[in-house]
Amino acid sequence: MTWLHPSESEALSLSLSVAARSVILSLPLALLLAWLLTRRRFPGRTLLDAFVHLPLVLPPVVVGYLLLLLFGARGPIGSWLERVLGIELIFTRNGAALATAVMSFPLMVRAMRISLENVDRGLEEAARTLGAGGFDRFTTITLPLMLPGVLAGAITAFSASLGEFGAVITFVSNIPGETRTLPLALYSALQTPGGDAVAARLAFISFVLGLSGLLLSEWFARRVRRMLGR
Amino acid sequence: MMLSVAVKKRRGSFSLDACFELPTPGVVALFGRSGCGKSTLINVIAGLLDADAGRVALNDTVLLDTERRLSLPPERRRIGYVFQDARLFPHLSVASNLKYGEARAPAHHYVTLDAVADLLDLGSLMNRRTHQLSGGERQRVAMGRALLSQPNLLLLDEPLASIDAARRDEVLPYLETLRDQLNVPMVYVSHDFDEVLRLATYVVLMESGKTIAQGGVAEMSLNKDLRLIIGADAVGAIVEGSVLGTDPSSGLMRVKVGNGELKVHAADIAPGTKLRVQLLARDLIVATRPPRNLSVRNILAGVITAVTSDDADSDLIAIDIGATLIMARVTKAATRELKLAPGLPAWALVKAVSLRSHSFAAPPAISIAPPGA
Repeated sequence: MTWLHPSESEALSLSLSVAARSVILSLPLALLLAWLLTRRRFPGRTLLDAFVHLPLVLPPVVVGYLLLLLFGARGPIGSWLERVLGIELIFTRNGAALATAVMSFPLMVRAMRISLENVDRGLEEAARTLGAGGFDRFTTITLPLMLPGVLAGAITAFSASLGEFGAVITFVSNIPGETRTLPLALYSALQTPGGDAVAARLAFISFVLGLSGLLLSEWFARRVRRMLGR
Repeated sequence: MMLSVAVKKRRGSFSLDACFELPTPGVVALFGRSGCGKSTLINVIAGLLDADAGRVALNDTVLLDTERRLSLPPERRRIGYVFQDARLFPHLSVASNLKYGEARAPAHHYVTLDAVADLLDLGSLMNRRTHQLSGGERQRVAMGRALLSQPNLLLLDEPLASIDAARRDEVLPYLETLRDQLNVPMVYVSHDFDEVLRLATYVVLMESGKTIAQGGVAEMSLNKDLRLIIGADAVGAIVEGSVLGTDPSSGLMRVKVGNGELKVHAADIAPGTKLRVQLLARDLIVATRPPRNLSVRNILAGVITAVTSDDADSDLIAIDIGATLIMARVTKAATRELKLAPGLPAWALVKAVSLRSHSFAAPPAISIAPPGA
């Protein structure tokens, strides 16, 4: 992409890297939560459900601030991570990935829950009578049947992660090459005199990425539906 | 004892209280009206539903015993289940569906994929997706899939109910094949008495959650509770018959029942073949002297063994025609005027006969049986 300035292509590749990390981080956790919230009845389920959805209704700045309190260098989790595992989150792309993961988490859980609710329990019963135990049943029947939802959730979350602004800038600041993702680069360009052309190009990239994400998700859902004969 | 079941379960206002035993390999039909608890009962046997109290044992294995707080999960019961709606896995091909249970069965396999494909004619369906199958094909695949899990017992929950009536005859012969060529005991749930007649070797009657009677098909065909379920017009004795041969002058087939003989229109069936013959009570006329000069060709002679009241206007007359009981419906007026009573010789004039299950009791061509059966 020769028409992009090196700093712009840097923002683009950084965004893709952050979004990929964010999806990989949240996918297994979202699957577990979707399963818990759909299939299990336990005290505090409603509270947990509300908690998962909080990022949808809170200002992103508040989420970033809470992340700072918990995962910052002196936060209870952040200091433990740094001391024991040597993972630094503040001012790093991993931190940016964490912030976007938290913000896009509800989208992913929602998509997975809807598809899990649509899985016919009768098919799982049939698998049981054929000798499949719990985990076996989940991986060979339940998960493949909810795959459209899992992938739609992942693609939506990936696209949303590319665009996350408030939580990222609050938690990991705006450091070129490390945490300056597309929307942050776009914001910085607008703050810079004569940065209009840069801003326009970055906006165009964001537009193309978002649109292709949505189209890809739709195309995939159709393909899977056809495979299942629906 | 192959299968013994005694369970209780409450579900809202419905209560299940069932008790039956299947003494031999064969097909036990759980027969009753829709909603009488048949499906609940087999779900308890399969382990898909919990019982409040009771015991289920198959051969020497106890599957459920609430007193000992023992309940094997369905995946460890080794019970094949053919669901009413087939429940094929939509994300897998027919072949993968068939192999799903096979791959999870214990090491010793008594039936192979090739044998099942052969029995159920599945060869041409193997590479299809499940949504490309017709209703009858789906049920055949579901039966094959259940069999390949190498079960010690096969449960079939109205496997023909979701198929349109015209197509049922495409599937019934396969069920007969399974019965005659496999030694796997089967529990067949149905609310269609014709299916029961064709398939069952043993019948358990159910009414409002309770098992009310059980026994062989011939015995149960004379049970008075059956009338409640199938209606007065469908009541009639089912008797074992064997083909004697074809009468050369009339072209009719001669079938021995009891000490008598029936001549019926039928396709050529080999002499010696065992048949199930249904004689509806409403199709029999009773005479107390050998009848003459009648158009009716089929007359069975015997001795009245019982006279029971059927409803306000009619009685059921049981007649022993030689180690075989048949049953006729007559009006109470006729009972009085002819002085019908046990011990009296009688002649039953048969207006109509229907034959069931041609292949019944045919010797297995290949013997396929779970260990311990």
